Amino acid sequence: MDTITQTLEQAYLSRYNDNAELINASCGATMNSHREAAREKFEALGIPTKALEDFLYTDMQPFFNHDYHIDFKRTPEKTDLYQVFKCDVPNLNSHLVFTVNGWFYEKNLLKQGLPEGVIIESLAEASKNHPELFEKYYNQQAKESEDGTVHLNTLLAQDGLFIYVPKNVVVEQPIQIINILNSQDELMSNQRGLFIIEENAQAKVLVCDHTETHNHYVSNHVREIFAAESAVFDYYLIENQHNRVKQIISTFIDQEAKSNVLGNIITLHNGVTRNNSYVKLSGEHAEAHLYGMALTDKDQHIDNFSFIDHAVKNCTSTELFKYVLDDNSVGAFRGRILVREGATKTMAYQTNRNILMTNDAKMYTKPQLEIYNDDVKCSHGATTGQIDEDALFYLRARGISESEARILLMFAFCDDVLENIRLESLRERIKELVEKRFRGELSKCAGCAICN
Amino acid sequence: MLKIKDLHANIDGKEILKGINLEVKPGEIHAIMGPNGSGKSTLASVLAGSEAFEVTHGEIVFNGQDMEDMAPEERSREGLFLSFQYPVEIPGVSMVNFMRTAVNEHRKHQGKEALSASDFLRLMREKKELVELDSRLANRSVNEGFSGGEKKKNEIFQMAMLEPKLSILDETDSGLDIDALRIVANGVNKLKSPENATIVITHYQRLLDYIVPDYVHILYKGKIVRTGGKELAMELEAKGYDWIKKEVEA
Ligand SMILES: Nc1ncnc2c1ncn2[C@@H]1O[C@H](COP(=O)(O)OP(=O)(O)O)[C@@H](O)[C@H]1O
Ligand SMILES: [Mg+2]
Repeated sequence: MDTITQTLEQAYLSRYNDNAELINASCGATMNSHREAAREKFEALGIPTKALEDFLYTDMQPFFNHDYHIDFKRTPEKTDLYQVFKCDVPNLNSHLVFTVNGWFYEKNLLKQGLPEGVIIESLAEASKNHPELFEKYYNQQAKESEDGTVHLNTLLAQDGLFIYVPKNVVVEQPIQIINILNSQDELMSNQRGLFIIEENAQAKVLVCDHTETHNHYVSNHVREIFAAESAVFDYYLIENQHNRVKQIISTFIDQEAKSNVLGNIITLHNGVTRNNSYVKLSGEHAEAHLYGMALTDKDQHIDNFSFIDHAVKNCTSTELFKYVLDDNSVGAFRGRILVREGATKTMAYQTNRNILMTNDAKMYTKPQLEIYNDDVKCSHGATTGQIDEDALFYLRARGISESEARILLMFAFCDDVLENIRLESLRERIKELVEKRFRGELSKCAGCAICN
Repeated sequence: MLKIKDLHANIDGKEILKGINLEVKPGEIHAIMGPNGSGKSTLASVLAGSEAFEVTHGEIVFNGQDMEDMAPEERSREGLFLSFQYPVEIPGVSMVNFMRTAVNEHRKHQGKEALSASDFLRLMREKKELVELDSRLANRSVNEGFSGGEKKKNEIFQMAMLEPKLSILDETDSGLDIDALRIVANGVNKLKSPENATIVITHYQRLLDYIVPDYVHILYKGKIVRTGGKELAMELEAKGYDWIKKEVEA
């Protein structure tokens, strides 16, 4: 037989070559100027396998090993998404934006109510409209990545979301992004995000990932966030997908002096998920708080990877990740903390706690601390166990049924992750969602969980 | 109300209860005393339905029902209450949520509707006062960060909320200062009626000055070795546990 065996990487490179004109046509020059270097990096690094230390527990190759359709051209969305997704979070008035298959929804209604100077825009449009910002920020963090999938995104990315909050401006209402995957085809999406929070500015972003149809999807997102001096930024990620979705989200955060960034990744339902969170504390007295929880069952697989780089002195980072793993599901957490030589008076705390509900569920957890000076306060702890039998008996001895008692205890276990949501209306709503999930009442893909 | 017949129970294959017989009638107060490690808490746990222990022989009949296959929650709903010797701390479960769930499960069992939020809070307030439980504690997680004394008061508070037919108080007096002991005893006495009964497990006689028992049983090495009136407790206090040990070994 005369078949040419092509590697997975080569297959994606030829997808790019065949569609380069279309891809480049939709974006500004700066975005396109990064593609060549990205191609080289992707070729060199490839798609990670378990042979790489940072990917010990999740082989990324199967994510991509499928002949996915890619929407190189935006398919116009026929339905009015504002009619379909009506938000009923009490008191949660949000600036609501949609993306569909990675593309910014063309009918996003945004202008009203946004403080002056704030930009929420299609990334493709923004790359043409604000070349100076793209010169300064676009791909500046991601280009250093050791992960080939990030460069694959840079190579193929055409659209996504751009947020810019100018100096001293506070966006009080959260910016809510609903990412919809909706296709008759088995689809790959390479969404890209760029969020710039200028000096002393503040914003909160809530991202809800949602799949409309039951096909196989792979979504390979890259988001870069820049928090300038004294900026305060929150992002909450609600992952509520179905079992056939494979999702990689790589979030890069660069923090200047006195900035305060909180990330909270809540995985309620997924297929296979890999969340990469890269935080660089580049200015003194910056604070990063990274939280996450995952509730998995059946054959779901969740892997959170974090890398916190204490590049300068006097910064603080806290990490808290909690998983409840049921059935045959698999969880992984890997937390790297790097404290550089000059980064004295660093405080870095990392905690990962997990409950296995069955003997078949599995958890892999591995902290990795690299500390290059003596003047630091660092701690890390990881525990994996079962539900506390004494607590279970205590609750039951008061008349609470076993199943209800288990729900109370699982919910209690996740409580400190949820308590860290810095917006009360959102906190209450997400708590309700989590409780519904524990009770098996959460619709897995019919309508966005936050909004329907 | 409660009949225990020749009860044997094991943990990890080791026999702890070695043939207990006890009958408790409505309106009665029974005290169970005995040296540490005799099996008092084991008996209490077995009565409450703990699955950590295996009942190997004998039977427990509560209100005419054989309890053998009854889950802990069913026993509770039928009116059995255990005040734990070591109440468990449950971070993240609020006292309010815990008690509301428990009270409503009891009400459902009795065919009653769930309490409205305001009725429930009123009930909480009333019962908190009964045991002088610090209001702030009720807003916290179950037993989390409570002092030893607060945990014991919290047990009696829960008892007041659930209005059981039979209460088993496992060393509710241990670690309590005399004021707290009076408050706890007072709470128990206020909840007393001719229809309900109490088993007081204690190491010392002092509590029995406040909660006066009709019967005193001495449990030793998994068996009730002596039963008497309240004067037996006095005698035990005067002569010490070595006296009973010697008597039994003889
Ligand atoms: N969970 C357990 N595992 C093993 N042995 C136990 C356990 N609980 C109690 N025991 C043993 O059972 C015996 C009786 O204990 P317990 O009922 O707590 O006594 P008491 O309450 O009278 O002090 C002791 O020898 C104790 O070591
Ligand atoms: Mg005891």
